[in-house]
Amino acid sequence: MKLDIKIPIGLLFTIFGIILSVYGLVTGSDTEFYAKSLNFNVNLWIGLFMLVFGIFMLILARKSLKEIKEP
Amino acid sequence: MPNLLTLGWIDYLIIIIYFLFVIGIGWALKRYMSSSKAFLEAGRSLPAWVTGLAFISANLGALEVIGMSASGAQYGMATTHFYWIGAIPAMIFLALFMMPFYYGSKARSVPEYLKLRFNEKTRGLNAIAFALMTVLASGISMYALAALMEKLLHWPFDVSVLVSAGIVLAYTYLGGLSSAIYNEVLQFFIIVIGLFPLVFLSLKDAGGWSGMNETLSQVAVDKGYQAGAWTQMWSHSGSSASNPMGVEWFGIIMGLGFVLSFGYWCTNFLVVQRAMAANSMSAARKTPLIGALPKIFIPFLVIVPGMAAMALASKGTLSLELMPDGSPNYNSVITSMLGHYYPSGILGLGLTALLASFMSGMAGNVSAFNTVWTYDIYQSYIKPGQNDDHYLKVGQIATIFGVVLSIGAAYLAKQFGNIMDFLQMIFSMVNAPLFAVLFLGMFWKRATGNAAFWGLLVGIGCAMVHHGLTIPAGADPAAVIKGGWISVSHTYPSGMAQSFWTAIIAWTSATVFTVGLTFMTKQMKSNEELGGLVYSLTPRIVDKDDKWWNRPVVLAVIVGALTLVLSIIFW
Repeated sequence: MKLDIKIPIGLLFTIFGIILSVYGLVTGSDTEFYAKSLNFNVNLWIGLFMLVFGIFMLILARKSLKEIKEP
Repeated sequence: MPNLLTLGWIDYLIIIIYFLFVIGIGWALKRYMSSSKAFLEAGRSLPAWVTGLAFISANLGALEVIGMSASGAQYGMATTHFYWIGAIPAMIFLALFMMPFYYGSKARSVPEYLKLRFNEKTRGLNAIAFALMTVLASGISMYALAALMEKLLHWPFDVSVLVSAGIVLAYTYLGGLSSAIYNEVLQFFIIVIGLFPLVFLSLKDAGGWSGMNETLSQVAVDKGYQAGAWTQMWSHSGSSASNPMGVEWFGIIMGLGFVLSFGYWCTNFLVVQRAMAANSMSAARKTPLIGALPKIFIPFLVIVPGMAAMALASKGTLSLELMPDGSPNYNSVITSMLGHYYPSGILGLGLTALLASFMSGMAGNVSAFNTVWTYDIYQSYIKPGQNDDHYLKVGQIATIFGVVLSIGAAYLAKQFGNIMDFLQMIFSMVNAPLFAVLFLGMFWKRATGNAAFWGLLVGIGCAMVHHGLTIPAGADPAAVIKGGWISVSHTYPSGMAQSFWTAIIAWTSATVFTVGLTFMTKQMKSNEELGGLVYSLTPRIVDKDDKWWNRPVVLAVIVGALTLVLSIIFW
């Protein structure tokens, strides 16, 4: 069986999601830091979105793995 | 001189993790590389959504991101012509009418199709031209990446070239075409998520869509156009003088929409190869259509930030970088905005998106190069009749060879600043006649091999003569590259108009010559030999196995309708 591309995509987005949202939480109180991005905490929001997308991909990958094992 | 962008540790962390993943994918695919088919054709085993996203991603290189945002600022909404008229119709045509022959003929490359349909010399001409162009294109990507990193971050040029070449080599050598395709899919998602915040923030800053339009109307009026020239795509295409692009509707439809776009999407092995790696005929035909769905919306990701930058610059919120002569440097729009809006963290992600797209530009070209080199040059002319292990080895060595040649091309590009324009010019001269010949070959069984070969050569020749006789307004004929190197007999309002017309002439002359010569030459191929290669001698495909919503024709109708609706909204 070939490598399922959903696994690396899911892993990478999950890792990036965790890094960015944690960084967003830590730096969230620094209003001067986020003045650039018009006072949006872009790290937190994009991080959370990437985390959700990454986990979603991993769930899909798990689902198709199961389908192959028990047809 | 300070760095234009300042990276924090977190930005470096994100970039490094991405590079590790890219190489990791190649590593994970390594154990499947047991034959030349696995290495050079991805075993023809990939599902349609993977090849579809790779199809579009291979084209969404950084040069496109940078170029389209630049055009968004310079020409406004009319830049979407490159998508809605300049890509979608050709992608639909490729999917429905040409893929059955590319995929069904069992040819392993576009040049090999030419050999099956016409003859050996037509293949040879195309294979050599294509191999040269891919190496140049890959080198230019590498050069552009290194030059940009030098400017933004003061990374030494040589280090950028060697590191990016090393990473691309690692993952294409390990995992071949599959690895290139998988990374293109990964890169697609990274580009979308990396650029999305820029669209949101720049539009918000420009006062939303209506605020931006108001400012851009003022910009258009100030520059002597009608108010909608920056925000409407067709309304001002009546004459070339009434829109900033300098092209009228006929040039847009015939030049961009027909010849250039069909010449690129339907003949370029770099993209067609992605569809040929699909696991079934139905998946191969769906590949360009699945790619077309995101393609329809990419203008909002790359052109809109460019338009917003223009509006913000005219309000004084954002300062565009200036060229030495004082005019704005549109090519730096996207990087200026990254620096302006992105704090550390997301900045690493945005930069990763750019780096990723540069590298996939290289990897795509290298993976197309090694296939054409191995099958169409080495196996055909240098050493035919070896066992498959031998050709697998040759394919792998060709990968190293291709990367080394690309490094050479990158330094060549550094020597001659305008090599990029040169490449685009060559592409339009070679692709348009190739489309003429492939189209006649697929839909007219009478078309002969000799006629095709000469049609191809004459088409290229006519394009060169046209280029030698014309020049865009304001260009210097002594520069040669802009045209007018024979003598200047016509001046076009813009470089774009000139390249559209070069392609129209190349296509027309190739078609006329191939048709004319066909009547003077004998068809050497029997109807049996042409079965599966020509429309009238190939059984129609019935998509009965798929669910109706999963059929290529249905997808094509959806893609076409969406494009039409968007074109009317932004008319």
